Amino acid sequence: MLYQDTVEPEVLVHKPWFVTSIFAIVLAICLMFDLAGTSFGDIMRPVIGDPVQSGIAGRVAIAFVIAVMFCLNIVLIGFAPMKVQIGIVWIELLLLSLAFFKLFNLSLPFIWENLPYLITQGVVTTIYVSAVSLICASLIAIIAAIAKLSSNGFAYAIASFYTSFFRGLPLLMQIYLIYLGLPQLGIVLSAVPSGILALSLCYGAYMAEVFRAGIQSIDRGQWEASRSIGFGFGVTMRKIILPQAFPVVIPPTGNMFISILKDSSLVSVLGVWELTFLARTIGQPSFRYMEMLVTAAMIYWIMSACLEVAQSRLERRFARSTMR
Amino acid sequence: MTNSNISHLRGLSAGDSPQASGKVRQVPIPSEDLSSQKQLPMSADKIIEATNVSKWYGSFRALTNVNLTVRKGERIVICGPSGPGKSTLIRCFNRLEAHQEGEITVNGIRLHNKMRNVTDVRRNVGMVFQHFNLLPHMTVLMNCMAGPMWIKGMPEAEAKNIALKFLERVRIPEQANKYPAQLSGGQQQRVAIARSLCMEPAIMLFDEPTSALDPEMVSEVLETMTSLARDGMTMVCVTHEMGFARAVADRVIFMDWGHIVEEGKPNDFFTSPQHERTKLFLSQILSH
Repeated sequence: MLYQDTVEPEVLVHKPWFVTSIFAIVLAICLMFDLAGTSFGDIMRPVIGDPVQSGIAGRVAIAFVIAVMFCLNIVLIGFAPMKVQIGIVWIELLLLSLAFFKLFNLSLPFIWENLPYLITQGVVTTIYVSAVSLICASLIAIIAAIAKLSSNGFAYAIASFYTSFFRGLPLLMQIYLIYLGLPQLGIVLSAVPSGILALSLCYGAYMAEVFRAGIQSIDRGQWEASRSIGFGFGVTMRKIILPQAFPVVIPPTGNMFISILKDSSLVSVLGVWELTFLARTIGQPSFRYMEMLVTAAMIYWIMSACLEVAQSRLERRFARSTMR
Repeated sequence: MTNSNISHLRGLSAGDSPQASGKVRQVPIPSEDLSSQKQLPMSADKIIEATNVSKWYGSFRALTNVNLTVRKGERIVICGPSGPGKSTLIRCFNRLEAHQEGEITVNGIRLHNKMRNVTDVRRNVGMVFQHFNLLPHMTVLMNCMAGPMWIKGMPEAEAKNIALKFLERVRIPEQANKYPAQLSGGQQQRVAIARSLCMEPAIMLFDEPTSALDPEMVSEVLETMTSLARDGMTMVCVTHEMGFARAVADRVIFMDWGHIVEEGKPNDFFTSPQHERTKLFLSQILSH
């Protein structure tokens, strides 16, 4: 949270000008579409009569009711304490997105039928690929970050070339290059290892910059104190600098982990049976693409949410460790 | 009340308080002993020897032909107007800074930029910083144990004993399991002193140890330093605490713009300074 003032601000959603303008905006948006033909029209049947024949009056009436409901909603939520507000808004948005997916007319039996296989094969492979890449990327990143900060010309040159190259190429290209390019040198990697290698190298390059910033954020006095006690470079780095840099890099590293998880879907181009690949292929024979894609999307979201929770737990733990 | 008045009072509280006053009278005796040793050719006694040391930051000259010898057991106070030189000099003594000309020998080891045994120097030279520089992610106890354990390879139990012994020495053993951020400035600085002592150094360097402290915390740190001096620790202190200098120092060194302008025993230095620059400085810091 931002650094909060001691004076409570006025509730924005209770200001007349704000509510009025929201009302106007929602009204305008609803008027743009002919909602009479939708389920809204059916609900409004007692007021406007047959929705199809209600014409402009029916359209205005529907838009007006929606706008009133919307404004009433935000005004009421404005009275609740913050935690309740968060809960209500989350639930409302979830319901809205469910309603959105319901419009696709998805076949639930088809999803239930294929979900177990999607999880045992697809999710497991996705987690395996991204977890291994995540560990390798972190290791590469620490080494590259230290190399980029070192006064050794070779180390700096190699590390900066590495980060420049792998940050500068599209990940998809890197996956192809490693899978199709390495065999030219006589190194034949199967699909999963090449996918992991590409992900590790690419995200190692991004995370190297994150870690470098983290290391540089530590006060120079810490180096001086360690040096004056007599610690060498290794001990200073491992026991003093990196432990203090760690809390600083948790949020950006969490970002990277979530990205790795999602970008592991690119490995599907190599025919690895992970979540995205299966979602595409299972739906193919019966042309039920949407079912599987939506399901896979939800699974990705759930997995990312787990990572988010882990990140915020870690952040809280390190905030509590009385560092300041 | 002006700053200089406060600093003068600080001097009183540190030097002329009932416990310390007995010591003030005793100081001249060992210092005269030391000065009599000065005449003898005892080079083994020299623990720091700096000859013609010069240092530049880019084109700016921070030290100009500094000559300074510190003997075992000597307490030296370096003072002078703000500006570079004083801190730079003592930071050269444990090679936190590199000098470009001249020679520095510490504990028998010559300092230069190709040396391989810089750790041998640093583990024998304790340093206390203006901003404490404690390790914020470790407890006070661990701050003190880290050096003995990770450098001397001491077993944990033994390191803990030593750490507790020196925390007791600076009179804060009860804070051992807290984190630095939970302590006051004065307590943090005393932990920093204990941390250096745990390495059982031959020399202690103090880089303006009281400059970042609130006025009421200065005396607790100065008392700790005074008691260290009483136990015969070799000390080089950059400080503006003139009361401390008067009470504890064997020699006071006045630096301005990277030159040593004047040095002398505290009595001579404060009562009859030779150079105009010194007189001006002393009049500014002691009068008003």
